[in-house]
Amino acid sequence: MINTTKINRIDKAFQEKKERLLSIYYTAGFPQLEDTVSIATALESAGADIIEIGMPFSDPVADGPTIQGSNKIALDNGMSIKKLFEQLKGIRDSVQLPIILMGYINPVVQYGVENFCKACQEIGIDGLILPDLPMQEYMEEYKTLFESYGLYNIFLITPQTSTARIREIDDNSKGFIYMVSSTSTTGAKTGISMEQETYFNRIKELDLNNPTLIGFGISNNTTFERACAYASGAIIGSAFIQVLSQKEPLEEGITTYIRSVKGNG
Amino acid sequence: MKHAVDERGYYGKFGGAYIPEMLYPNVEELRLRYLSIMEEESFQKEFQALLKDYVGRPTPLFLAQRLSEKYGSNIYLKREDLCHTGAHKVNNTVGQIILAKKLGKEKIIAETGAGQHGVATATVCALMGMECIVYMGKVDMERQQPNVERMRILGAKVVAAESGSKTLKDATNEAMRHWINHPVDTHYIIGSVVGPHPYPDMVARFQSVISKEIRTQLLESTGKALPTHVIACVGGGSNAAGAFYHFLNEDSVELIAVEAAGKGNDTDESAATTVLGKPGVLHGSKTLLMQTMDGQVIEPYSISAGLDYPGIGPIHAHLCDVGRVDFMSVTDEEAMSSGIEVSRLEGIIPAIETAHAFAVLPKLTLTKDDTVVINLSGRGDKDLETYIQWGKY
Repeated sequence: MINTTKINRIDKAFQEKKERLLSIYYTAGFPQLEDTVSIATALESAGADIIEIGMPFSDPVADGPTIQGSNKIALDNGMSIKKLFEQLKGIRDSVQLPIILMGYINPVVQYGVENFCKACQEIGIDGLILPDLPMQEYMEEYKTLFESYGLYNIFLITPQTSTARIREIDDNSKGFIYMVSSTSTTGAKTGISMEQETYFNRIKELDLNNPTLIGFGISNNTTFERACAYASGAIIGSAFIQVLSQKEPLEEGITTYIRSVKGNG
Repeated sequence: MKHAVDERGYYGKFGGAYIPEMLYPNVEELRLRYLSIMEEESFQKEFQALLKDYVGRPTPLFLAQRLSEKYGSNIYLKREDLCHTGAHKVNNTVGQIILAKKLGKEKIIAETGAGQHGVATATVCALMGMECIVYMGKVDMERQQPNVERMRILGAKVVAAESGSKTLKDATNEAMRHWINHPVDTHYIIGSVVGPHPYPDMVARFQSVISKEIRTQLLESTGKALPTHVIACVGGGSNAAGAFYHFLNEDSVELIAVEAAGKGNDTDESAATTVLGKPGVLHGSKTLLMQTMDGQVIEPYSISAGLDYPGIGPIHAHLCDVGRVDFMSVTDEEAMSSGIEVSRLEGIIPAIETAHAFAVLPKLTLTKDDTVVINLSGRGDKDLETYIQWGKY
């Protein structure tokens, strides 16, 4: 069960490439139910560094309209954790990038936390982002289990997070820390302000043990480059969902977009 | 005190604060300060004065003689329907707005289903001169147009929740999203004993004035300190939490919570969470929740817009779990008939939510020695349209 010798792909990604990592979020089962794996494959060949697959939920409170919309469509398409695991079975034959599952805690609890972790390990999932699972609950109820299945739990920090709490989060984190760029839901703001850069600098100066990726408000090459000046890279979600919503062939759209964000389009 | 929230924010297995990190500073500030602020002399002075002179407390405890005769018992009605704005909701909004001021907040947001909590929030915001935004499901706005206009007259901005099923659950999601986007200057006045800790405890404390008064009034009028039964309806559960609060430690008092069974618990159209729900996490707490096998939240149904919430306050999930409170459920049909019965027997048209509490009377075995208190949580003016459409009177 415990595989301590194998290095987590998230660590590997950050060791191989200390800067300009691009992590891309998309919702499983969107735009079509069976797109989940082909989007991952396309992201890998387009040059993304980390893949975040969203497990859709009926009530995604931390998400703005774009990701809410993709969650709803995915659920209407028939997506569920069970279905997602069926789709991802064998994905490691074609995709080598770190894969993180992101979602709200309730569907995971209903699936059964231990069964969920076990399935993640069998598929080759490297980490989890569960925004409504608070650190206290994680430490008391989930940490041992997640770690025994080799899953990194990725925590969020925001401009409002106190330095003391950031240190605590850093101490309990593995992989990287998800730096939410502004006090907002996903996709609510675009661009990066001076005020945000002050916050990015503050975090940079804390010299945390874990690398950071900046998410929320990153959508194009300009914002990606700005984020990379302060962190190991950036996360794109809503803007990528909008790319997937366009009608052109998925793979083509993905390749063009990823290249344009990285500045080698 | 038994059944009180513990230091981690739990009632037994239920509760906690399952919130995104973006809300952590706000909720943590509230958690650290709510009790000490509520104990401040200046807070209590302002709160008690407003409850008395603005809300109109204490509300009467009325011996309903014709209803008592019909059911062969002694039935008392706690007249929360006589509160300013027509329901118990204002007890909580008065408390929270004073607290918000002490926290230095300038703006208020709230969610509302039927509109009663939204009106109670808009009311206290007008009183205090604070900016108010109320999120309300688009479907509910259409169903409860008079309450939308009441809020607007009071100066609140009513924002339609267009996501999901466009009802109370989605209005709550939108209010939480607004709070995530405006964490510094805004306080979120949650209207029921739901949400992340400390909300369930804070709201229960603000509503506990109901049971405190019942105890005093009952002693004055009957010489008995305790009733044998206390009955209240439950959506999220704020009026029930308030009506039960000071009786939780009194094991001789039978506490009965009444949920909405809609068209029946064997149909897809019910809101009886303790019957149809399983433990889950929604809106910041672990509680009983109506959901699919995959953990997606189900939109419940009830004729009463105030009871169609897919969850229940974690305190009630706990009280149900340990058996301290008996949970019963009644259908639309039973509730509406009871609403008419109370109107005819006592000259009081109850809110349809409240009518659910009355509808268990025929199901209980009551005697002449029993003293039953029903929390008459709200008046039926807002429900006239539903009564008219139901038509059987």
